[in-house]
Amino acid sequence: MEYAEILHRCFRCGYCKLPGSFLDLNCPSYLNFRFETFSPGGRLWLLRGWLDGEIQTSPRLAEILYSCATCGNCVEHCVFDKFKDNLVKAFIAGREELVDQGLVPPLVRDTLKSMQIYGNPYKLPEADRGNWAHGLGLEPYTGQEYLFLAGCVGAYDERGQKMARAAAGLLKAWGVDFGILGPDEHCDGSEARDLGEKGLFQSLVERNIRQFQNLKARKIITLSPHAYHTFKADYPAFGGTFEVYHYSQILAKLARKAPLKPLSTPRRVAFHDPCYLGRYQKEYQAPRKLLSAIPGLQLIELERSRVDALCCGGGGGNFFTEILGRGSDSPARVRVQEAAAAGAEILAVACPNCAKMLDDAAKTEGLEETLRVMDLAQIAGLRI
Amino acid sequence: MKDICAELSKIVGPQYVSNHPEECYLYARDPGTMEPRRPDWVVMPNSTEEVRHIVLLANREGIPIVPMGGGLVLSGLTRALKGGILVDMKRMNRILEVNEGSRYALVEAGASQGMLQAYLKKHHPKLKHSIPDAPPIATLAGNILIHGSGHLSHAAGFHSDMLNGLEAVLPTGEIVRVGSCSASPYWFGRAPLPDLAGLFLGWFGTTGIVTKLAVKLFPTRAVNDVEMFVVEDPELVPDILQRLADLQMAEDLTAWMAPKPDWARGFQHVNVNYGADSREELGWKQKLIRASLQKYRDEKVGGFMPIPPPMKKGLLEAPQTALTRFADVKKGGGFEYVGGIMPIACFPQAYRKGIEVAENHGTTYSTGARIIGVGHCMMFYFSYPFNRADAADVKNAQEALEETNRVVLELGGIPWKAEAPAQKMILQRMDPNTVDLMNRLRAVLDPKGIMNPGNWEAD
Amino acid sequence: MYALKVDPELCRQCQTIDCLMKCQHIRLDLESARKERLKILEGRDSRVLTDCLTCYACEEYCPYGNHPFYQIVEQQEQQGIWPVPIPLTKQQVVMMAPKGRAAPEKLPGPILDLCYFPMLSKTIRGKLYEGLSTVVGSDIFCNIMWLHFAKNSVIRERLPKVIDTLWKCYLQENGREEVICYHDECYGTYTHLAPAFGITVPFKPIHLFEYLIQRLETLKDQIRPIGMKAAYQRPCSNRLIPETHPLVDEIFKRVGVERVTRQYDGENALCCGGVLKAMQRDDQVEDLQKRNLDDMQASGAGLCVFNCPFCLFTLGEAAADRGMMPILMSELCQYALGEKLMLGG
Repeated sequence: MEYAEILHRCFRCGYCKLPGSFLDLNCPSYLNFRFETFSPGGRLWLLRGWLDGEIQTSPRLAEILYSCATCGNCVEHCVFDKFKDNLVKAFIAGREELVDQGLVPPLVRDTLKSMQIYGNPYKLPEADRGNWAHGLGLEPYTGQEYLFLAGCVGAYDERGQKMARAAAGLLKAWGVDFGILGPDEHCDGSEARDLGEKGLFQSLVERNIRQFQNLKARKIITLSPHAYHTFKADYPAFGGTFEVYHYSQILAKLARKAPLKPLSTPRRVAFHDPCYLGRYQKEYQAPRKLLSAIPGLQLIELERSRVDALCCGGGGGNFFTEILGRGSDSPARVRVQEAAAAGAEILAVACPNCAKMLDDAAKTEGLEETLRVMDLAQIAGLRI
Repeated sequence: MKDICAELSKIVGPQYVSNHPEECYLYARDPGTMEPRRPDWVVMPNSTEEVRHIVLLANREGIPIVPMGGGLVLSGLTRALKGGILVDMKRMNRILEVNEGSRYALVEAGASQGMLQAYLKKHHPKLKHSIPDAPPIATLAGNILIHGSGHLSHAAGFHSDMLNGLEAVLPTGEIVRVGSCSASPYWFGRAPLPDLAGLFLGWFGTTGIVTKLAVKLFPTRAVNDVEMFVVEDPELVPDILQRLADLQMAEDLTAWMAPKPDWARGFQHVNVNYGADSREELGWKQKLIRASLQKYRDEKVGGFMPIPPPMKKGLLEAPQTALTRFADVKKGGGFEYVGGIMPIACFPQAYRKGIEVAENHGTTYSTGARIIGVGHCMMFYFSYPFNRADAADVKNAQEALEETNRVVLELGGIPWKAEAPAQKMILQRMDPNTVDLMNRLRAVLDPKGIMNPGNWEAD
Repeated sequence: MYALKVDPELCRQCQTIDCLMKCQHIRLDLESARKERLKILEGRDSRVLTDCLTCYACEEYCPYGNHPFYQIVEQQEQQGIWPVPIPLTKQQVVMMAPKGRAAPEKLPGPILDLCYFPMLSKTIRGKLYEGLSTVVGSDIFCNIMWLHFAKNSVIRERLPKVIDTLWKCYLQENGREEVICYHDECYGTYTHLAPAFGITVPFKPIHLFEYLIQRLETLKDQIRPIGMKAAYQRPCSNRLIPETHPLVDEIFKRVGVERVTRQYDGENALCCGGVLKAMQRDDQVEDLQKRNLDDMQASGAGLCVFNCPFCLFTLGEAAADRGMMPILMSELCQYALGEKLMLGG
């Protein structure tokens, strides 16, 4: 197993469970389950025991391995600089072992199967991939400056589609020269990578690289931070180097001169840093720059923000496998309560996974009257 | 045979009980050198009532019960030596009350050091508690109940001295309150009542499960600084420590000695952490601190090191991450230490013996001390890193630790949070009437012998 | 080996004893100065040996270049005097030892020597340093620092090897005969100290200021005058190379900074007190720093410009507290060129 050499170096000191301020539990799986086994340190020790034959493969072990949302809080806060960067990679390597053994949890198996057969996790036809864009008058990509990619969640999920429509619509309104692939867009593969299906990930990546290179696409705008990260961090190793932007970065650059409508009533807005934009790619500024430019918007900071942001729980495949569940200690519910306690009226998101996770959580917590979950483009484009 | 899992599930809910091999594997293991000891069940209660029902169940069925906080004791005290139910207290992590007027915080037993620190910084920035250098997820209860020490111990003693009262579930299921809280709505102290806290402090969970506790709080200071005095002769250190202690200016007085980095080998460093309410006051304190050691400075045998900013930043951390990082010295994820509570006058011998033990076992080491009270005693630690992937290396560290425990006892010190073998060494040396009293008390409180058995038991 | 090149007759016959009479810290009348001078010359105990701040200034004061300060350091060591307590001295000797990691390296462009200040590396960027390669590390630590610790022996032991390493690994390897010295200490070592000890230096050191002036000339159209008043904190090692001191004014002129007229400047500059702290002379440090900072502040300086990272680390915060922004000379130039500062040191 890759990264096996770091497993025994974990001291189980638990810095990985907390944010830098120590304010409250910040590891989504540990927060939710509370057994030591579901913390990053616990997972590393179990992997070591498993490789040594002291623990057998079991549904429980698989659940533990797949409960990680890959949020990177442990990578950020582990005090052992010499190997902290590989913590999440070690968990994914563990998943790869399970995939190889064919012993993944049923929901993981189903998700991967769907990706293999349908090309997306939704078991929906590829032909429907372009439906999100209907009626927006967006151009197909024929060599414009940017290629805009909606991703699977943006294409198929109801909440994700709303976000894709808002983002693409706003980019168009602000004069960005871009095209879309519609039904010809394919899965970027980041979920396959997170779920440990290396082979599937590789084939998805290679297909996309071929497609983009044939189209001579050089600059990409992604809706999803997961896609943003994978295009920047993973694709180059497979021969695909592109200039990649997250839509918040493009909007932030244009915000000063853009026709931003002021909010009809002043609102307190908190930004929820997506893990793959924030901790993974260190982009904390662009979304805030965009929000600050909107007249009437009072930007407040959540206690756990930037490097300390509490993940919504929608990463690492959990968006589809739902291993973290929806209990009262699930990270999305804890996060919306945190936002409400901070006095936020709007919780701004920049990721379609976050949008759905937090939206659902707000409803479960009975907060939908007082806290709206809205994506950046929605806030910037609408008169609220 | 009762389905204990089902019984426990009825108490805490099925999602907080496990007898899966995964939990049993992990909870059997302490990050120190002690061998694994598997529990049969792991349960995570959320309230004192739930703890009570778990204890009643264990009592009825005669099943051992082992309370656990952060599990970071490193001497294996939260291992289930005789199997049974391991109670992970960390769901009970609420901060219940901070009484500013009486300067105490009332917390549940699973509340962590880091969370209390963060909570106070946010809501009561004028107050802080004495935090140990353990990682922040370590619990307040765990540390206090083993007589831990930390960043305010020079000013105010062991952390057990800072305990104002507690609530506990006895092995027979009764919930008791100890301290002023037993007869007053306030948790201001243990005086003037018979001090029943002594039935729980230092007993390693053999007398009941603590569910709540109140800890003393102290003023924060607007500005903080640290001085480091360096000498080359350990014989000078006791006098240096006492001169500094006599000033009563510092919050924390520690010493550290290590063979790495290279420039530190062979030298003794005394750190003085202090704070003040203004820069001006800080300046006066600095003058007094420095002047107190003028004799050694004049003789050129010691000096205050000008500390580079990055080093100072590390020294002002609370808790200090450098201590945790020691675990990776052998790229092996582990260290364990013997902390001998002993007179300060023992410093030179403890230091020399420590190096000797390390050399005997061919291991690197780190030693140091924390002064408790106004020079009343010290916690002198001998720390050995090990590579947990190398069984021989783990054994070697364990043997070094065992020899160190003997050294400490021979010097007239007593190891704190002693691992099971060291506990036996202590009992062997102990006044037989004292041992007898301990046994009698335990027989009364825990007639079935279910509470963390295997601890404080002579062979 | 490497005997100090001193002519004792010059000292014996000196009438003015400038080295001791001009000393800012030890007060002596001419008779006493002559007596103490003789004691030092004859290897006897003198109060100068314990009272000396090691500020290097007498090297500048001596009209004959007869190395009065180096003689003091020599005598301190010979007579077992430890300006800095023994444990701290010994620790420094280990801490600053060469680690033996330097190896021949192909480096493009002119070479800038950062001595053993790795924290400065991040400030060597932008237009000012385009095309330069930097070298840094324990193996090229210039070792002049031991003058503060009465350890000429360590200089003798380590400096020749350092010169050899710098020359063979970084200069000769790249066909270079010149090296730009960021720090006055290094420039002073290679142009003043090494010859005084008879240690050969095969390369030509260039003072940072010479390099900066050259670059500022080339980039002069991009300079936006800073328009502020600055106090300059003259490093002790600049006393060894006073010919480079006027370059401060040259640079200030080019970047649009007015050097304030103040008491403790130029030949009357005050030691920052950093080393005095290590010497445990707390009262003197306080007095020295207060006089220096009061003087800077009273002259209306808005900036406190340093060329020595150690002076900056010692005085920077106190200067900032008094409303004078601490800044290294190198960064001052970058600032004038509109570049983002990384604030090293």
